[in-house]
Order: sequence, then C-alpha cells, then structure tokens
Amino acid sequence: MSNDFMSSDLTPELARHRDQIRKYAEDYGLDFFETVFEMVDYEQINSLAALGGFPVRYPHWRFGMEYDQLSKGYAWGLQKIYEMVINTDPSYAYLMKSNSVADQKIVMAHVYGHVDFFKNNYWFSKTNRKMLDAMANHAVRIRAHMDRYGQDTVESFIDKCLSIEGLIDPFQSYVGVKRPTEEREVDREPGKIKTDRQYMDKFINPPEFLEEQRNRMREEAKKAKRNPATPMKDVLAFLLENAPLADWEHDVLGMIRDEAYYFSPQGQTKIMNEGWASYWHSKIMTQKALKDSEIVDFADHHAGVMAMAPGQINPYKIGLELFRDIEDRWNRGKFGKDYDDCDDMVLKARWDKKLDLGRSKIFEVRRVCNDITFIDEYLTEEFVERLKMYTYAFNRRTNQYEIVDRDWTKVREKLLFQLTNRGQPFIYVTDGNFQNKGELLLSHKHQGLDLDVRWSRETMTSLAAIWGRPVNVETEYDGQKKLLTYADGEFTEKFL
Amino acid sequence: MIYNIKRDHSRFRQIVKGKIKHDLKKYVTHGEMIGRKGKDTVTIPIPQIEIPRFRFGEKEQGGVGQGEGEPGDPVGQGDPKDGQGEAGNQGGEHMLEVDLTLQELAEILGEELALPKIEPRGHKTMKSKTEKYTGIAMQGPDSLRHFKRTFKETLKRQISAGTYDPNEPFIVPIRRDMRFRSWKSVTRTENSAVIIYMMDVSGSMGDEQKEIVRTEAFWIDTWLRSQYKGIETRYIIHDATAREVDEETFFKTKESGGTLISSAYKLCEKIIHDEYPPSEWNIYPFHFSDGDNWSGEDTKVCLDLLDNSLLKMSNVFCYGQVESRYGSGQFFKDLKEHYGEEHDTVITSKIENKEGILQSIKDFLGKGK
Repeated sequence: MSNDFMSSDLTPELARHRDQIRKYAEDYGLDFFETVFEMVDYEQINSLAALGGFPVRYPHWRFGMEYDQLSKGYAWGLQKIYEMVINTDPSYAYLMKSNSVADQKIVMAHVYGHVDFFKNNYWFSKTNRKMLDAMANHAVRIRAHMDRYGQDTVESFIDKCLSIEGLIDPFQSYVGVKRPTEEREVDREPGKIKTDRQYMDKFINPPEFLEEQRNRMREEAKKAKRNPATPMKDVLAFLLENAPLADWEHDVLGMIRDEAYYFSPQGQTKIMNEGWASYWHSKIMTQKALKDSEIVDFADHHAGVMAMAPGQINPYKIGLELFRDIEDRWNRGKFGKDYDDCDDMVLKARWDKKLDLGRSKIFEVRRVCNDITFIDEYLTEEFVERLKMYTYAFNRRTNQYEIVDRDWTKVREKLLFQLTNRGQPFIYVTDGNFQNKGELLLSHKHQGLDLDVRWSRETMTSLAAIWGRPVNVETEYDGQKKLLTYADGEFTEKFL
Repeated sequence: MIYNIKRDHSRFRQIVKGKIKHDLKKYVTHGEMIGRKGKDTVTIPIPQIEIPRFRFGEKEQGGVGQGEGEPGDPVGQGDPKDGQGEAGNQGGEHMLEVDLTLQELAEILGEELALPKIEPRGHKTMKSKTEKYTGIAMQGPDSLRHFKRTFKETLKRQISAGTYDPNEPFIVPIRRDMRFRSWKSVTRTENSAVIIYMMDVSGSMGDEQKEIVRTEAFWIDTWLRSQYKGIETRYIIHDATAREVDEETFFKTKESGGTLISSAYKLCEKIIHDEYPPSEWNIYPFHFSDGDNWSGEDTKVCLDLLDNSLLKMSNVFCYGQVESRYGSGQFFKDLKEHYGEEHDTVITSKIENKEGILQSIKDFLGKGK
C-alpha cells in the first residue's frame, strides 16, 4: 500500500536486522525462497491467522470463528501469535508491530528456518507455490457463485464439503495412483463339454452357443465390475468424478480439495517443521545475532515456545530436541552396528568417534523425512527417557486420563499411530453402485479404535447431500462388524 | 491488503446466536457456562462450531505426554489436547477452554453485559486490619533491612569520618547505620453485603431448571463478589415450608409437593431481621421459581411481605422465573401487575432456557444497585 500511514514495510532498523540474520542463515547453509516480511498490528495478525495465513480467502463463518477465538485470546492475555509464514514462492512472513526488537529477530531467524524447510523438504515438493494467487482466485470464484446462487446456499454446500475434506489421499501425489482404467480381459473361457472325438466337438459345443456364453460372461463381468475397481482413499476425487453435482458445486468441491491437498504436508511435518525452525532460531540467535542486552528476552521467549503442558506434546520442543539429538549422535558416531551391539552403558554414554557428521545429517533428515519417518527412525530409548515421555489413556473407572506406560517402544507406537493419517480414521470408497442401487459405500479400516457414531452419522448426512443417494459406511463397533446406512433422512444399522 | 474478516466474524456470531443457518446450531458447543471450578479459577468454554467429520470416539484415543509421574498417575488437569494435526486450517478437535480467575471473569462479565458499578449503601461497618509499611526504623529484623538506606547511612558516616576512598569504594556498615522498614496497622472499614438465594424446589422444578438457577447464581455471585469484599451468602429452599440449607443442598435437593412462596419470604425476613441490620448491610434477596404458587391467597401474603418489610430492607429484590413445563408462571404476572413494568427495587426476569441466562443477569444487575 502506498499510504505511509498503513505502510507494512520494515523499519530501517528491522531491515538491517533482517539482512544480518539472512546472512547468518545463508552462512549456515540454509537455502530459502525470497522471504517478504510484513509488519502488521494485532488485529491484522489475528485476521491473517484466522485465514490460515492468506490475506484473501472466500467468505466463510469458520474464519470468523477462528478470529473470534484468536482475538478473545489476545484481549484476555492468554495467547499471542508471534510468527506466521506461508509456504509460497516468494514466502510471506508477518511480524507483529508491537513486539520487541529481540522478539522480531527471533521470529526472523525462525521464519528462515521454516522457509528453508518448505523449499527443501520432499513432502512440500508437490505443493503449489503460487497458492497466494490460487486462494485469491478461489475467493473470486466462490463469491461469484454466492452472488448468483445466494450466500446461504453456497456456504451450506461448503460446510458439507468441509465435513469430508479430510477424506483425501495425501500420498497419491508422490507415488501416482495406479488405477486400472482399461477394461479387464475376460480371462475365463466358457466351459466346454469334454469329448474324445474331435469331430463331434462342434456338435456338442456349438460355436454359436459358445459365443453367446462368452458375451453373457462379458456382460456379467461388466456388471460385477465395481466403481472404483479398488478401494479409493481420495473420496473427494471419487465424488468429483461420480457425484451428480451442479457445475458450481463441482467447482466448489474441487477448490476445497485443492486447498486440503495444499495444507496436508504441513500436517505431515508439524513436528519436524517447528523443530527445524526452532533449531535455527536458537542457533542463529545464541551464536550470532543476540546482543547481551537481549539475552533475557530471548530466554523468556524461547522458554515460552518450548513450554510443555502435562498430557500434551509440544511439537516445537520434541522437534528441536530430536534434531539436536540426531546432530549429537552423528557427531559422536552413536549409530550403526557397533553402537547398537554395545551393551556397556558407561561406554555408550561416553561414546565419541569424533565423526562430526551431525550437521550434514540433520540437513539430510530435513530433506527426506516427514513426521512419521522422523519419529520412527530417530526416536531412541535414551531420548524418550530424557524427555520423560509417556503414554496415557482414559480410565473409565476413575474417570480421568492416567499415565499408562513409559516404555519407549510404546511411546513410539502411540506417537506413530497419532501421526499416521493425522490421527484420523482410514476411510475408503469401496462402491459407488452399492447393491446395484446407486448407493455409496464407504469402508472404515478398523485399527483398534471405534468411530464416534454420532459424528459419523452427521458426516454421513453431508455425504448424502453431495452424493444425492443413500450412503453406507462399513465399520466395526464393539467388536462387531456393522453397516451404517443413511437413507431418506433415516439412519439404520445392521450387523454384517 | 487483508480481506475484511469482520463479515465472517459477524456471521459466526449470528450462527451461534441461532439467528441464521439453524442447521448448524446443533453443532455449537456451549458446554456448561461454568466448566471446571478450581480453587480460584474457572474454565469457561468459548462458543465454537464443530463441523462433523469421521473421527474416533471421544475418550478412546489417549496419547503421548511429557512430564513426571508413575504409571497410574492422573495426567494433569482435564482433557489433554493433542499437539499434532493442528497445522494450517485444521482446527483442534477439542473444545477451546479458557482459564480465568474469578476476578477476571467478573471483569469480562461486566464488560460483556455493560454492567454498571454498584453504588453501595449503608455505613462501612466491616472492619479489617491490614499492615502497611510506612517508615524507617533504627531497629528491626534482618529480613526487613533496607539496603539502600543502610548503604546511604554508611556512606554518609564514612565520608564525614574521612574513611571513604573513591578509588577503593569499600562500604562497611556498623550497627548504627542499619535501617529497617517499619509498619503500621491500619484498620479499614468496608461495605458488607449479603445475598440470600431462595429457590422453589417443588415437584415442578426439574433438573434443567435447577441447572439454570445454579449457573445464574454462580454468575451473580461472581459479579457481586467483585463489588463487595467479604460477601455472605445464605440459601433457602422451599416447597410448602421453607428451610435454610448449605450451598450443596441448595442445588441438589429435589423435593416434591406444593408451593407456598410466602414461607420462603417469611424465613428470609427473619434471617435479615435477626442477623443483617439493613442500616449496615447491603442486602440482595434473589428468588427463583417456576411461578407456580399454591393459591392467590398466598400470593397476597407474599406481596404484603414484600411491601411492608423485604423491599424496605433490600437494595433490590430480584425474582427470576425459570420456564418449566409444569409451572403456570402466574407469580410473574402477579408481581408485574402489582409493581408495574418498572420498579425501583423489584426486578423480575424470565429465563426461558440456558441462553436466556445472560440477559437475565443483565436485568438483575444492570441497574447498579
């Protein structure tokens, strides 16, 4: 904006700090997109945060809800957003005007960490780096639909889409999904009546009859052939292809799907992303950029970010500590067969082969891992013990959450479970023509946890509204296989 | 340029209030207006709309945490929230709760409802003693030693004695240089107030009605406590007869039988008469009922009691009528008829459901009395 009063440019002092920190970050080997810092006030940062960091989004009440919570939290002194950065090229990051200079420096260092991660982590490699424009285009298109069909109508449809926006396949962009599109050959010949006498064959098995049989089988195979041929995790894509949607509905659902895919790598790398950024803000600040007079501010800020509440995992803390742990282990050669086979605790604790591979190792990890592989590969017994991690569960008898175990394999298992599919149930489309009545059949792959029935039902109403015909969900409840059906405004359940 | 979020915000608020998009109303999580009540803090949920999704059963999941404790120990307070899966636009799955001290809560309440500060009446009779540091003494315990003054005294003495060398600025205090803080006891007088809650517990008051009374009483309590120090509360329940009970019983009792409102008013009058002289106390009687009284005869007795004694003694007399399926709501009409729409010391309010509580509090306390 040209108006000086509203200027969002950095002050000359902050611009100097930015150049300095940028230089430090580059010297450490960080490799980031051009990063644009903008100064915003608390009102603006709350708005931006509510919109997921993007300045222009389509109108929807849930952004208002986020804003409501953020601004109340800020007004009551409960929370404050320090940093926000979006994964685009160039990247945009926001600095809150009222923060102290020390805070701004930490945030800048932190942001460069994030942007390096966005640019280099494999799981971000397929995201749309021009998402700022895409989001704005979505906003324009949805507004146009709203002008034409009414805000309530369009917004209600968006609500329904959001209800299932999690039903995507985050991995398909990396592997390319193989779905047989060609009609399969009829591989079975119609049965012949056996005869020893060759010359009798064409009378016993008349060719016209065989041909007829062949045609009939082909016909049946076609009927039996399901759509989708194999269970499909990207439910949204299936609906886009097969649901009877009006043009504008198709457009809206497609946009919701695009945005869900755009945000999915951030969910897949939360621990790593925050850990990496925290590692670098801490490194850059403590070793280079910090002035003596700022040390208390830094410690205060850093401690706030790293704080742990009981019963919660702080991704900043776990991520940072794990990166440092990996660096330390690779510096001292605490890996590989020799180390794993060694059962002398003292020797293990003092282990030091002076390899100095730590720095390059963590850069490698930030390139290839996502949270799942990060935890699976690098969480160690010593680490779980040092960070006092435990698993907890709800005890129905005492009606409270209780610590269950401190065993590191259990902790890892639980963490991995929570990270897999973002802790959401696995749902697939298995049939778009269920019972040959054009009903939709979804299957829940049960892995020890039951679905919440009430929420499933509500979600099924959204699905039914999009699909336009009855919706079924195959699941397991209390050890029983069940089929939930929503048809004509009524729910039914039956055992399978 | 940032897209104007105010429109989304007002839309959200309208949905929460149930003005538009009624189909979403069922997803609004209000919870109870009082969540957990710790020692000095309460947790209040912020209204939130959760879009339904396929998800696991509430308490099935458990998770991973960090901290001290043996297996079997409870994990912190309340529901743990998962730290993952909150990236981007993916909201957390749990209700957003806010921990506040009662003082903060009262402030927010006052702001939200634009409640005026209360003008206390009566003399300041409650006496409380506080200690205040007022001066400096030559004697005192070491823990109260005043470093700066001691240092100054020493410096003065050393300079005048010529033992101070600016190049080697050693300061050595002796007994005589020591200075200590000293204090005075101050007696302060404060306004005192008493709230007398009366509730109809006859058969027609169901659990839902009591819940409404409980929530409302909590908020009234919080507000009045922020206005007066050392407030007292008394609880009266009544059906055909009235008795005084403790707080716990007040909200839990389920009696049955007829309703004689006058019985409660008589008891209330007696309590005030015996223990709280109106010249020294600010008195707030609150009566909650579903408006069913036994007879018109008894209603007359009630109005008599109000006119001749209760109203004269109280700051305001508040009557809250909770909507119930069984109650006739006659008493509300009778009061209105007798006192008219606007009255100085009688405030009546109808509470139709939980959402009506805030408005009703505003009715009661909005006059600043």
